[in-house]
Amino acid sequence: MKKLPFAITLEVGSSHANRTGSWRVERPVYVDRVPPCNNACPAGENIQHWLYDAEPGDYETAWRRLVEDNPLPAVMGRICYHPCETACNRAQLDEAVGINAIERFLGDLAIERGWTLPLAGIATGKQVLVIGGGPSGLSAAYHLRRLGHEVRLVDSAPKLGGMMRYGIPAYRLPRAVLDAEVERIVALGIDVELNHTVSDVERERREGGFDAVFLAVGAQLSRRVEIPAGDSSHILDAVSLLHRVAENDPPLLGRRVAVYGGGDTALDAARTARRLGATDAVIIYRRSRERMPAHADELEEAIVEGVTVRWLSTVSRVEDNRIMLEKMRLNEEGFPEPTGVFEALDADVLVLAVGQDTDLSLLEEESDIAIKDGVVEVSPAMMASPKGIFAGGDAVPSERTATVAIGHGKRAALGIDAYLAGHDLVDPPRGELATFAHLNTWYYADAPRTHRPELEVARRQGTFDEIVGGLTEATALFEARRCLSCGNCFGCDNCFGVCPDNAVIKFGEWEKYEFNYDFCKGCGICARECPCGAIAMIPEQT
Amino acid sequence: MKSQPVRFYQVGSFAVGNRLVDKEERTVQSDASRSNALDSGHRACQGCGEALGARYALDAAMRATGGQLIAVNATGCLEVFSTPYPETSWQVAWLHSLFGNAPAVATGVAAALKVKGKRDVRVVAQAGDGGTVDIGFGCLSGMFERNDDVLFICYDNEAYMNTGVQRSGATPPAARTATTEAIGSEPGNSFGQGKDLPRLAMAHGIAYVATATVADLHDLEAKVERAMEFHGARYLHILVPCPLGWGSAPCDTILMARLAHETGLFPVFEAEYGVVTAVSSIRRYTPVESYLSMQGRYAHLFGEGGRPDIVARIQAIADRNISTFGLLQESVVGVGPETGSQ
Repeated sequence: MKKLPFAITLEVGSSHANRTGSWRVERPVYVDRVPPCNNACPAGENIQHWLYDAEPGDYETAWRRLVEDNPLPAVMGRICYHPCETACNRAQLDEAVGINAIERFLGDLAIERGWTLPLAGIATGKQVLVIGGGPSGLSAAYHLRRLGHEVRLVDSAPKLGGMMRYGIPAYRLPRAVLDAEVERIVALGIDVELNHTVSDVERERREGGFDAVFLAVGAQLSRRVEIPAGDSSHILDAVSLLHRVAENDPPLLGRRVAVYGGGDTALDAARTARRLGATDAVIIYRRSRERMPAHADELEEAIVEGVTVRWLSTVSRVEDNRIMLEKMRLNEEGFPEPTGVFEALDADVLVLAVGQDTDLSLLEEESDIAIKDGVVEVSPAMMASPKGIFAGGDAVPSERTATVAIGHGKRAALGIDAYLAGHDLVDPPRGELATFAHLNTWYYADAPRTHRPELEVARRQGTFDEIVGGLTEATALFEARRCLSCGNCFGCDNCFGVCPDNAVIKFGEWEKYEFNYDFCKGCGICARECPCGAIAMIPEQT
Repeated sequence: MKSQPVRFYQVGSFAVGNRLVDKEERTVQSDASRSNALDSGHRACQGCGEALGARYALDAAMRATGGQLIAVNATGCLEVFSTPYPETSWQVAWLHSLFGNAPAVATGVAAALKVKGKRDVRVVAQAGDGGTVDIGFGCLSGMFERNDDVLFICYDNEAYMNTGVQRSGATPPAARTATTEAIGSEPGNSFGQGKDLPRLAMAHGIAYVATATVADLHDLEAKVERAMEFHGARYLHILVPCPLGWGSAPCDTILMARLAHETGLFPVFEAEYGVVTAVSSIRRYTPVESYLSMQGRYAHLFGEGGRPDIVARIQAIADRNISTFGLLQESVVGVGPETGSQ
C-alpha cells in the first residue's frame, strides 16, 4: 500500500478491490420492448420513437422518423382510426395520448415549412408497375422509390388519391392537404399516368417491360341489393354519390335522404347529404348499434350533426317518396331475422351503402392468382403470383382502412424488393410487448389529454369545411410529452440514480447507460423503478 | 391570446433526471459527475436503502458546499459495510467515531474548523437509528442544545440491523425483531413506546429539522440543500428501508419507502425553529395493509391466525399522522399546457 498522508488510514477507491458483482444471481439488462402503439399501427409506424423526437420540440426529426414508414402523416392525422390510441397504455392511467392529433400537427407543419421526403435510393435498374393511386399504391410507390426502383403509377381517375379523394368527404380531409402530400411523393421521380384504366395486367406488364407489378385497385364497385322499386331513379349508391361530390358535381338528392348500410361509408353519405341541404338524413341498418361496423367516433359525429338511425330495419321496397322498412330482431347468434312488422319512412331518395367490391377484370388472363370472396389472396409478403404480381389495400382481405392500405403498400414494396433481389422477405424478430404491468407509473406526472377544437355543429351544415382543428405548438408539445415511452428508455436517469452500488454508468447527455457488472449485486431496484419497463432481470448463467 | 411556455415534462419532477429540463433543475444524482460520496465495492446487502440514502444525502451536501465537507460517522451498518480494513468506499473526508459519540465528535470538528478560521468547510454527522435515538441521543441532545454548526443525519432503518436485527427506539409497533419476537398476545414490538426523534429535535428549537425518504430524491436533495443554508444545529431524518431486517424484497427498497410515506406511517415534512413549515402530500394514498403485508417482519399479522385488529391499530396511527400533518391536502392542482404548473 502506498504511503498515505498524516491521519489518513484508508485510500480513496480502495473498495474497488471488492468486486461485489460476484454476489449476483440475476442481472439487469436493458431491453427494447415493443410499445403497444407501434404494435397496433397498421402502417408500421415507430410512434414511440417519433414522439420521443418531438418531446424536446425537434419536430423535423420527428417528422422524418414518421415518414420512414408513412409518407402521408397530414392525411393520416385526420382520417386514421388510430388503433394506436386504443392500444395506448396511458389510457389505463388517465387518457390515451392523442397520437393522431400530434401526427397531424407534424404533417401540417411539414407542409407549411416545405420539408421534403428522403431522396430516392440508388437506382437498381428495376421497373415496377403500380396500378392504383390510392393509399396503398402511393405508399408502395414511395417505398419502392426509396429502395431505388423505377415506378410507374397508373390510375383510372383524373387525379391521384383513390378513395382518399373520391370517397372521404372534404370535411374530414381537405383536398389541399391531400394534394400537398401526394405531390411530395410524386416529386421523388414517379412516372404517373392518369385517366388510364388497365384492362389486362399481363399485357400492360409485357408492353412496359416491368419487372414486377403491385395491384392496388381498391374496392370501387358499389355492391347492389335487390330492392323492388317502382322507379329506380330514387336509388343511387354511396360510392358514386361521394365521387360526384368530390368532383363538384353533386346529384340532386331532395330534402329527405335515406341511407342503407352500417359502415363508415353510410355515415359519410348521410353527413354529406346533410351538407347538400337534406333536412332529414336517416340511416337504415339491420342490426343494433353495438354491432355496427362503422367506427363509434364517426357515428357520434353524425348524430351530433342531426343524422338519425333506424336500427334493426331493412329496406323491403321503395315506392314514390316512401320506403317500406321491415323491422328485424337479433337471434341468439346475433344475426338479424325478419319480424313481419313493416313501417313506412318518407324519403325522396335511397342511397345504398351496403359494401363495395373490387373490380378484378384486369386479372382475367392470370391463371395462378387465387381470388376468394371477390378479393385477391396474398402471401405475408403481399405476393399474389410467383411471377411477381403483388397486391394490397382494399383489393386483398383486410379491414379496408387507409392506414391498413398504407401498411400494405410498404410491406409490398419490401416484398417486391426481396423478389427482385431473388430472395424471400424475412421479418426481423419482434420483441416482447410492453404492457401496462411493465411500467412504474408513479413517476409520471398527472396530465389529462389535450383535445382538438371542433367546428361548431351549427356551422357544419351546408359546408364542407374541415370539422376538426389542429393542435397549436404548445398543445402538441404537451400532448407528445404525455407519452410514457413504454418499453423504451427515454433517458430519465432513474437507473443511474437508484442503484445503491453505483453500478450504472452514464456516458453523458442524450446517451444510453451501461451496467457495471463488476459491482452490480443484482438487487433489481433499477428494473423495479424504471418508469417505462426498459430493464429486465435475467438469471445468471453460472 | 396570451401564450405561455409549456411547463409539463414527461415525468414531471418525480424521476431522477429529465432530458427536457435545464441541467440546474435536475437532481444531483442525475449528474454523471456527481461526487459518489459512497462508491462501489461497499459490502451493504443487495438493495440496501441506507447505502442509497447516504450517497443521496452526502452527494447533495457535497454540491451544496462545493466539496468542502467533513463527515463524521457513528458505528453501525453504514460504517461497517463501507470501511472493512483496508478498504474504504468513501470519497469524502470521513471520520469514524464510536457508536454513541458521533454528535460530540462532530461538535469538536466544527469547533476546530472555527478555531482555524475555515468557515467554508461544513460538518455533517451521520448515524443509523440506533446510534441516533438510543446510544447517541445524549450527545445529540447536547449538540442541539449548544447549537453547534453540524447537520446531523439519521438513516432510519428501524432497528439494529448490523448486529442481527435487534429492536431500537425507532422500531415501529408490532414489527418482529430478534428481541421482539412475534409471539404471545401482543406479537412483535409493543405499541406506545419508542421515540419520535424529528419531533424531539424540533423541541430543541433548532434552526432546521426535516424528514425524507429514499423514494423522493428531489425532496431529499432539496432538504439537504436547505439545511446547508443554515448555520448551527440541524437535523435530517431519512427513512431507509432494510431488506434484511424488514423481510422485504431487495428490489422493493424504494417501493417500501414510497409506501411508508403514501400510507401516512412516515410523515415527510420540514420544520424551522420548532414549527412545521411544509409537508409532502400523499400522491397515491395506500392503506397500511399493502405496505405491511410486503414485509416479513409483519408476516404474523396476515394469513391464517392473522391479526386484523393489530393492522387496524397501525392504520389508526397512519390516520392520525394524516390528520396531524394534513398529508392528504391537495397541494398539486391540475397540470395542463395552459396552467403552466410543473
